Amino acid sequence: MKHLNGRMAAVFLFGLAVLFLAAVTAAGWGFEEEALVTDFSRKNLEPCGQYLFGTDWLGRDMFIRTLTGLSMSIRIGLLAAGVSSVLALILGTLAATMGKTVDGVITWLIDLVMGIPHILLLILISYALGKGFKGVVIGVALTHWTSLARVIRGEVLQLKEALFIRTAQKLGATKFEIVWKHMLPHLFPQFLVGLILTFPHAILHEASITFLGFGLPPEQPAIGIILSESMKYLAMGRWWLALFPGLLLVFTVVLFDVAGESLRRLLDPGSAHR
Amino acid sequence: MVSWLPWPVIRERNFVKEHFIFVGKQAVRMVLLVFFVSLAAFVLVSVSPLDPLQANVGQAALGSMSQEQIAKLQTYWGVDEPPVERFLAWAGDFFRGDMGLSLLYRQPVAKVIGVKLANSLWLMAIAWILSGAVGFVLGILAGLREGSLLDKVIKGYSLLIASTPAFWLALVLLMIFAVWLKVLPIGLSVPIGVEAAGVTVADRIQHAILPAITLSITGIANITLHTREKMVEIMESDYVLFARARGESTFSIVKNHVLRNVLLPALTLQFAAISEIFGGSVLVEQTFSYPGLGQAAVTAGLGSDVPLLLGITVISALFVFGGNLIANILYGVIDPRIRRGGAGA
Repeated sequence: MKHLNGRMAAVFLFGLAVLFLAAVTAAGWGFEEEALVTDFSRKNLEPCGQYLFGTDWLGRDMFIRTLTGLSMSIRIGLLAAGVSSVLALILGTLAATMGKTVDGVITWLIDLVMGIPHILLLILISYALGKGFKGVVIGVALTHWTSLARVIRGEVLQLKEALFIRTAQKLGATKFEIVWKHMLPHLFPQFLVGLILTFPHAILHEASITFLGFGLPPEQPAIGIILSESMKYLAMGRWWLALFPGLLLVFTVVLFDVAGESLRRLLDPGSAHR
Repeated sequence: MVSWLPWPVIRERNFVKEHFIFVGKQAVRMVLLVFFVSLAAFVLVSVSPLDPLQANVGQAALGSMSQEQIAKLQTYWGVDEPPVERFLAWAGDFFRGDMGLSLLYRQPVAKVIGVKLANSLWLMAIAWILSGAVGFVLGILAGLREGSLLDKVIKGYSLLIASTPAFWLALVLLMIFAVWLKVLPIGLSVPIGVEAAGVTVADRIQHAILPAITLSITGIANITLHTREKMVEIMESDYVLFARARGESTFSIVKNHVLRNVLLPALTLQFAAISEIFGGSVLVEQTFSYPGLGQAAVTAGLGSDVPLLLGITVISALFVFGGNLIANILYGVIDPRIRRGGAGA
């Protein structure tokens, strides 16, 4: 990649990451039926050419199960990160523009959410919603907005002092018009990067909470379920049940990070010359 | 007052006093936040549609019970009282040190938490110190030689670890050290089949090695990346350039000019990371079946043991806010403006 400059490399990495993630999501979606197929003639096979990740004690193909699980995780992550980022955008902007009281309440709310360890909060929310699918999605969606909200709040506070905002104020634009027309376009890059960098957290937390037994039901081929089941077979030497699904999960999360970071580099005017 | 002077008098700021007021405000804020955390947690468990009777007694057993028996159980699990009264009664007792009875362990919550916390605490303390120290050193090394191979390795490692779920790392370490090499035990905090009196300190240490290492490894990433970033920023500053021009060696530059500037944000970050370590310990303890606070939280959540779940939430919130408070106080100890303010002003 010697002849690629920094920006072209970033575009390349971003495209590659997005492509891979889309492929995994689509493949997992398509394989949903196959992931549940049990076949006792092929139980406990070690990884081989036909079954890349081996098979489990019910003869289920671990590669397909992993893909399906990851696809599910990515979709939950997308939904959760989307909801969380929009929440962060709204709350961050409100805190910075609606005066001291609103600011105080929202900052307070951020401190409150950050005060309970994340996993514990997810357990509480999942418990409040009666566990299961709903509990995970809502829990993950409602808890990832805090740090992005802080960033957005800071950004808007700075923007408020900018000349073009003050000019707009003097010209009689309403608060809503200023936010909508003049601030949001400025916040968009921050927002987009924040959105993508929320995915990894959302996915990891979804897997963790499912692993602990609060999330998706056990019949679902979710990545947390796969790993928690593999725990029982670890002592018997079935290493492949835990190793490969986890590796693919880590790879997926790293890719999201890569995508977010390259996008940040592309959108940051300070690095335009590289 | 001194208006006859030809120049304006700038009153020297009293940093020490300002700092005390600041810390005092933070302390009050912390107490209020803990109260609101307990309220929020209480609301969450109150709106839950999960019926503790269904979860622990089971549909079949409930069907065969008489109305009186069910009513008795309902009183035991506290299902028949209105939520507001329950919260006031619970919070009042909690304030007096009575956290209620754990419904699963059939012991006072305070006692259950005490035992579990003792198990968890030194695990978390080791992980916290180890990850902080190693992460700080790695961050400094990487930041000193930005762009070098060492920097790339450290940065890549941190990014990778940040993307690795703690419980999977725990599984992999279990696979390597307990199943494959058979050098460390596979779980729990004490050997199986040994009387409580017969458990030695060596046993306990041996059982805590893997969980502590897992927690430490996952904790390193954040502090390393942060320290590195700060380090790069400082190494490009004018005062470092000037020190270099004066002929100071890299070591003395780091010792005299850089260390304190990096230490302050790193310490704040590490105290804020208590929340992360707490979360990580839930996952790690569950994987290693280590009987600590995290595992108790999972058990309480799965088994609808509301008093225990609430107790753990409040205790962990106390730790998180306490960590933040300590970070704020430490600012005064390390920041020279505040420290010298007392003697000079």
